[in-house]
Amino acid sequence: MELILALAIGVLTSSGVYLVLRPRTFQVIIGLSLLSYAVNLFILSMGRLRMDAAPILSGAGANPADYTDPVPQALVLTAIVIGFAMTALFLVVLLAARGLSGSDHVDGREN
Amino acid sequence: MDSVNHLAILPIIIPMAAIIINLLVGDSRAERTIAINVVFGILNLGVAALLFVTVALGAAEAVWLYPLGDWPVPFGIVLVADRLSATLVLTTAILALASLIYASARWHNRGTHFYPLLNAIIMGVNGAFLTGDLFNLFVFFELLLAASYGLALFGGGRNRVRAAMHYIVINLVASSLFLLGVALIYGTVGTLNMADIARAAPLIVESDRGLFEAGCAVLGIAFLIKAGSWPLHFWLPNTYSSAAPPVSALFSIMTKVGFYSILRLWTLVFASEGGEVTFAQHTLLVLGVATVAFGSIGALSCKALDRLASYLIIVSAGTLLLAVGYNVPSVTAGAILYAVVATLAAGAIFLLKDVLDQILPAESQILAVSLELYGDEEEEVDEDEEVSPAIPAATTLVSICFAIAALMMAGLPPLSGFIAKFAMIEGAFASEGAPTMATWWFTAALMLSGLLVLIAMVRNGINIFWASLPAGTLVQLRPLEIGPIVGLLAVCVLLSVAAGPAMGFLIETANVLHAPLTYTNAVLPGAGS
Repeated sequence: MELILALAIGVLTSSGVYLVLRPRTFQVIIGLSLLSYAVNLFILSMGRLRMDAAPILSGAGANPADYTDPVPQALVLTAIVIGFAMTALFLVVLLAARGLSGSDHVDGREN
Repeated sequence: MDSVNHLAILPIIIPMAAIIINLLVGDSRAERTIAINVVFGILNLGVAALLFVTVALGAAEAVWLYPLGDWPVPFGIVLVADRLSATLVLTTAILALASLIYASARWHNRGTHFYPLLNAIIMGVNGAFLTGDLFNLFVFFELLLAASYGLALFGGGRNRVRAAMHYIVINLVASSLFLLGVALIYGTVGTLNMADIARAAPLIVESDRGLFEAGCAVLGIAFLIKAGSWPLHFWLPNTYSSAAPPVSALFSIMTKVGFYSILRLWTLVFASEGGEVTFAQHTLLVLGVATVAFGSIGALSCKALDRLASYLIIVSAGTLLLAVGYNVPSVTAGAILYAVVATLAAGAIFLLKDVLDQILPAESQILAVSLELYGDEEEEVDEDEEVSPAIPAATTLVSICFAIAALMMAGLPPLSGFIAKFAMIEGAFASEGAPTMATWWFTAALMLSGLLVLIAMVRNGINIFWASLPAGTLVQLRPLEIGPIVGLLAVCVLLSVAAGPAMGFLIETANVLHAPLTYTNAVLPGAGS
């Protein structure tokens, strides 16, 4: 479990960083999305990995040890929403840049 | 918490109300929109001033808590207004009002939704200054960044879109780093409340210490990107100089949000280690010197005033980093004053540049730029016209404003830029022990950057006011445009006159900042520590 998650985060991050450094805006936006997925998984893992444990206490007298940490899940939810909005915004800017410069290069110039 | 004071949340609520009302009313009738927004701007300034006065009249240790939803403190999000936050919120309100009034002269209709975006930035900046929770800080950062993306694009055009695109990419990566740092800190201390982190940080087991410091370092990089520190500042000159002038003026507060976050977190979390060298202190000093050096040399290389102002912002960011890295109360006090006046003066320069653009005919601007490239042998003055033409009063006003801004940024007497720098240097030498290498580097960086900035500003001023101003032609200034500039600079001048009380206030503020137990105990009553 730990190994799989660590590998997933690592692969996502390295692909993300590679793509962010590429010259075309579309590659950059995919890279940014991959980076944010990696970060979201990382935040989730910071609440310690638990299988089959609910994040919300039910009933009085429940033992907190039976539950997983709810805070990272709330953080991830916020981060996903914000990341989604930012990606949408960046997409618009990307299209505007494409329209204004006639090129999908990050600095607006081919070659 | 029987007597919760709602004053602490008003600087966030009022801009939010302004956003909503702006969206409801729409841009259709310009006069009405402007009137509404000026009222909101003044209201915002009033609330910020009230918060400032309330906090300033209380004891220096007084910290105003606002637990949102009345949740008990480490579990719910809390807003914390202390003297540092209140000072910076007031600075933001002054700058925002100036930018708003300036924009209402003609810039606001160059694009859509100027006012909602402006209010969103104010809300984000105020929230970042007031929050006491690390993740909430992230949310407010995102809010102000999202609004700043919109404002950086405001007005459109190829240059703006290109600069804004780079700006957005860099800040999205920085936001990822921010989240990584926050997650690492949460993973090691199990809390996101800043006071709780400060309480828990010394108790971390030795095996987790490295992870915690790595988290702080990653978070620090995110803050440094926003603060415009070398070598993470390359986005700054292009973005600031290509944005619309009222927008760049407002942006000059944004690097201070990075400075504030570093100052707040470092004094809280790492100050408990006594007088010893704290975590990353040397790194901050080295980065500060490098930033100041790069900014000053960059300023020398600039021919256009807006680009020069961007580099001045980098210089001030470096100076502030140096002060944080120095980690002594009396230096911090000077740094806070410097942050306030440098923000206001840089904002005024961005606005001045736009006023000058309207006064100067385009051909003389090209002349000012190419003067040094081609020499001025073509300036054969017609003998008949050489009857020392009178300089119009409006030009005089603009040039006085320019001179004041130059003195402020270079830190020359008698204005408050000098007082702030002097306070920092004096504080560095007055701190215990013999002056160390760091003291000399610190002093040299402050002095030399002042000299270089002065050279850059004087050269620019000569090119603008002596070489290229059209003499005799009727220069007209819009009161709505020159008013905010005069206002911003008047605050700076006022701070020079009232420097005694201001420094006394800030020294108390800095002493409390460097004694984080007051903050921790106020936010977490009964935590002991």
